[in-house]
Amino acid sequence: MNTVPWLTILLLVPAVGALVVACLPRRLGTLAKQLTLGITLAVLVLAVLATVAYDPKRAGFQFHQSYDWISTFGIHYSVGADGISLVLMLLAALLVPVVVLASWDEADGGDTADGTSAGPGGAAAAGGPGGPGGPGGPGGPGGSAALAGTGGEAVGGGGTAVLVAAPPAVPPAAVPPAATVSAQGVQARSRRSVPAFFALLLALETGMIGVFAATDVFLFYVFFEAMLIPMYFLIGSYGPVKEQAQRSYAAVKFLIYSLFGGLLMLAAVIGLYVVSAQHLDHGTFDFATLRQLDITPGVQKLLFLGFFVAFAIKAPLFPFHTWLPDAGAQAPTGGAVLLVGVLDKVGTFGLIRYCIPLFPDAADYFAPMVLGLAVVGIFYGALLAIGQRDMKRLVSYTSLAHFGFIALGIFAFTSQAGTGAVLYMVNHGLSTGLLFLVVGFLVTRRGTRDVGAYGGLAKVTPVLAGVFLIAGLSSLALPGTNSFVSEFLVLVGTFTVNKPLAIVATCGIVLAAIYVLYLYQRTMTGPVTRAENRALPDLGLREKLVVAPLVALIIGLGVYPKPIIDIIRPSVTATYADIGKSDPAPTHPVAAHPAAQPGGHS
Amino acid sequence: MSVDNHLLLAQTQKITPPSIEYSSLSPLLIVFAVALLGVLVDAFASRSARRVIQPVLAGGGFIAALVAVAVLHGRRAVLAAGAVAIDAPTLFMQGTILVFALLSVLLVAERQLDSSGGAIVASAAITPGSKGSTAQRVSADMQTEAYPLMVFSVTGMMLFVASNNLLVMFVALEILSLPLYLLAGLARRRRLLSQEAAMKYFLLGAFSSAFFLYGVAFAYGFAGSVELGKIADAVGTVGKNDIYIYLSVALIGVGLFFKIGAAPFHSWTPDVYQGSPTPVTAFMAAGTKVAAFGALLRVFYVAFGGLRWDWRPVLWAVAILTMVVGAVLALTQRDIKRMLAYSAIAHAGFLLVGLAGTNTDGLRGSMFYLVTYGFTTIAAFAVVSLVRTSDGEASDLSQWRGLGRTSPLLAGTFSFLLLALAGIPLTSGFTGKFAVFQAAIEGHATPLVVVALVCSAIAAFFYVRVIVLMFFSDPLAQGPVVVTRPTLTFAAAGVGTVATLVLGVAPQPLLDLANTAASSGFVR
Repeated sequence: MNTVPWLTILLLVPAVGALVVACLPRRLGTLAKQLTLGITLAVLVLAVLATVAYDPKRAGFQFHQSYDWISTFGIHYSVGADGISLVLMLLAALLVPVVVLASWDEADGGDTADGTSAGPGGAAAAGGPGGPGGPGGPGGPGGSAALAGTGGEAVGGGGTAVLVAAPPAVPPAAVPPAATVSAQGVQARSRRSVPAFFALLLALETGMIGVFAATDVFLFYVFFEAMLIPMYFLIGSYGPVKEQAQRSYAAVKFLIYSLFGGLLMLAAVIGLYVVSAQHLDHGTFDFATLRQLDITPGVQKLLFLGFFVAFAIKAPLFPFHTWLPDAGAQAPTGGAVLLVGVLDKVGTFGLIRYCIPLFPDAADYFAPMVLGLAVVGIFYGALLAIGQRDMKRLVSYTSLAHFGFIALGIFAFTSQAGTGAVLYMVNHGLSTGLLFLVVGFLVTRRGTRDVGAYGGLAKVTPVLAGVFLIAGLSSLALPGTNSFVSEFLVLVGTFTVNKPLAIVATCGIVLAAIYVLYLYQRTMTGPVTRAENRALPDLGLREKLVVAPLVALIIGLGVYPKPIIDIIRPSVTATYADIGKSDPAPTHPVAAHPAAQPGGHS
Repeated sequence: MSVDNHLLLAQTQKITPPSIEYSSLSPLLIVFAVALLGVLVDAFASRSARRVIQPVLAGGGFIAALVAVAVLHGRRAVLAAGAVAIDAPTLFMQGTILVFALLSVLLVAERQLDSSGGAIVASAAITPGSKGSTAQRVSADMQTEAYPLMVFSVTGMMLFVASNNLLVMFVALEILSLPLYLLAGLARRRRLLSQEAAMKYFLLGAFSSAFFLYGVAFAYGFAGSVELGKIADAVGTVGKNDIYIYLSVALIGVGLFFKIGAAPFHSWTPDVYQGSPTPVTAFMAAGTKVAAFGALLRVFYVAFGGLRWDWRPVLWAVAILTMVVGAVLALTQRDIKRMLAYSAIAHAGFLLVGLAGTNTDGLRGSMFYLVTYGFTTIAAFAVVSLVRTSDGEASDLSQWRGLGRTSPLLAGTFSFLLLALAGIPLTSGFTGKFAVFQAAIEGHATPLVVVALVCSAIAAFFYVRVIVLMFFSDPLAQGPVVVTRPTLTFAAAGVGTVATLVLGVAPQPLLDLANTAASSGFVR
């Protein structure tokens, strides 16, 4: 029925795009941006088309393709989509173009679009010590970034000067007025290659789609690990200019944590292969074959732990989370959105895709532990979020709380909670993605992530404040926003099997209200506390374009989540049915059958 | 008296000269002949002519031998009265050694890097610090004996992996080692460091050879023969005095573990890697590792295969120690060549993990790993030799700051190679690790694999640290100069990097080759 190899196309387009963009010379930065935007939009269109072609009523993987890759180890290039992976691919395909547009000026530091006079240039200007004189002298066609080539760089090694070719011409009007930028900062900034940034984004998109599309455990692992490298460079090379030590630290911490988890998973992956070789006459990595294996419970527990720790680090769940705030704070805005919005979903996706169907007995055995960690995470993340002064760290900690809810939903083993958890993954990507974007816009304007530097911005930048509020309200799961539906489903689904846990987790929502509203209150409401905030520009056209689709989806999915739920639900139900978990019969005849569209309640 | 005479006659008549199948030995003979020819060229050709003739001769010899190896594929025999075994694993490793030797010749022949040309000293005999020493730093000459020495060393390596007899193996060990001791002392810059490296390598190497020889003696005492097959037979029989064979395993093990740089016999590695001329380091790191592992595999699979339950625990201990020492000590290194040396130690540990599987998969995995590691490491050392200051190579890590900004291509290539050494998927390093770890788990060595993976994570940290330094730090004002002229070093680095990528993305052909070689097994 489906003859079009959707998934392979979805993988090839950004992969080829990444290569092409990476080969562009630095001076063609604008072309790189346009090309990347075009490619990512094409991927989005393809993903939507694939979703339309997807038949939610059919069980199992669709668009399935399988070719031999390394036959010695029974490794296949094998891709397929079920409801769970399809919506996550869709999320990735949606967020990347948004991020590309949002990062339009972030990589190079020159303002080219919509005339927001204090772009990231202003960010560095705020704190930089005295450097070379203002750009008025050389600044004719070159603009702020070209300053590097004329001012600071002439002093530096002559051999390197070639590489510092000025980025594309910038309108003179865009030169920040007070360009007391430190020479060091300018040097570092000007050497940031724009094509490389966008090539990394495209490589990351390839990895994200691949990791969801893979139906071969080895292929999944390859994408899982390979995805780290672009993210690592995004954090390390394109994080805040001034905080070189911190961003290196964050990048390395991110990579080592993930790599460590990944290597434990590798042990389990190889273990799984060897077990399969013992059961069948030859080893295999094929997911569909592996889930049929009858592995002894003892081995299951070990293998489960190998996978679980990797996913718990990735997600991250409570004791494995310490890399997230650092990475979230130091990543460029676009990177942070993708990191928390999609990359981390790989962890929770792995739990429901691999941990549960492959090791049902172990999943059962460890479920209380995971549920406990999840609930601890909900409270721990929320409490730490309340205490943060760094806005990006704050948003990162809120994610920790949200991942607690997702893990809770997955390990409650009811189709309601499971569907809620998968929907939560999508919704969290939208709402936290939007939150990161808005925070990123603020940071771009003022150059600081400190909450105390803001106050009363609702008067100065009403649109920005409004979007901020919508993102925040979605994050605290207000009814009418998308997150409410998923959180409700998770809690209801958990309640049917474990009442105390559900009740405790529900209390976490109160904390969510505190961290969101407290943040909003401190930054947006009241009088304008600082003089430098009075002249902040509101969202420009480009920024409005960035937030518009996310705001629309937050409201839209809050009111009518049925299309997404229809895709997710059969796959989740099949997953749980496969391991012999069926929903408990309702104690009161409220609904005839769980199939009665839970989304309709909202 | 006449009876005596008759007896003597009968005895002399009994000793028939062994029939030697020269065609099967052709790769060895070709390389040996080229080495001798190289000595003659050095004696008679003019200085300038030597610098052209020698590399061409050596390279041509390696290619011819490689062709001979390819022609011989499928041959399986014990030759020369049980002294040499030609089988699929032997040919696989001989081919590997020849390819690495060919790449190393490119590096040695490099003349564009320095104003003076070449990494090899003009005259090794001049005392460092003397007047002549400063003069020879800029001399356009080089000690062209390096080429024949290298070819001799390759001969030794090829014989080492082929020897079916512990005495022949000892001879091969010496043929491969002695030229390397000399080569280690031939660095053009930092003469004292280089001489120290040569001295240290020689003393410790001689010591380990003695251990090996002592082990051979015990093996003879136990089995009454030094042939691997006969030792294996003797191991199978009951009633022998087992203490001798245990001593023999231990002592031979020491000799071989020294050569592969396994802890606790690794202490020469960082000093020698650092002090040697970088092309020689690359050659040693790739070639010696293949040769020593080839011999190790043969001895432990063929001769001591029956004792595997006795040596397995020791092997586990050595493997764990090697990985931990390599990974942890690499963290503290400030010199890039020393860091790569400790990385080589860690990789020796990973290879031992494959050996600990004691199965066919382990043989296949180890052979595959050796190829992947060799390509990556040659390319890495080639890249190291491209980053220079006025004082030779910029081997101190701090000089690499910000290289990603000033020379993105070089830094990108080096990062890729480091990621391969760290074992990130889609590089050959990952496929290799996968192959050996799979064999180990298959062979019930799962705890060892877990240790190996933890060590991989530690090792990843120091590889990544270099990437951080190159990409996330600002360049130095007086940074090193990166040689950008297209040179022979570029070719070697390019081949190594491409192989690293190809073996990561499409390893199947090589895996097939290794699989065929491993499943046909060692001949006895």
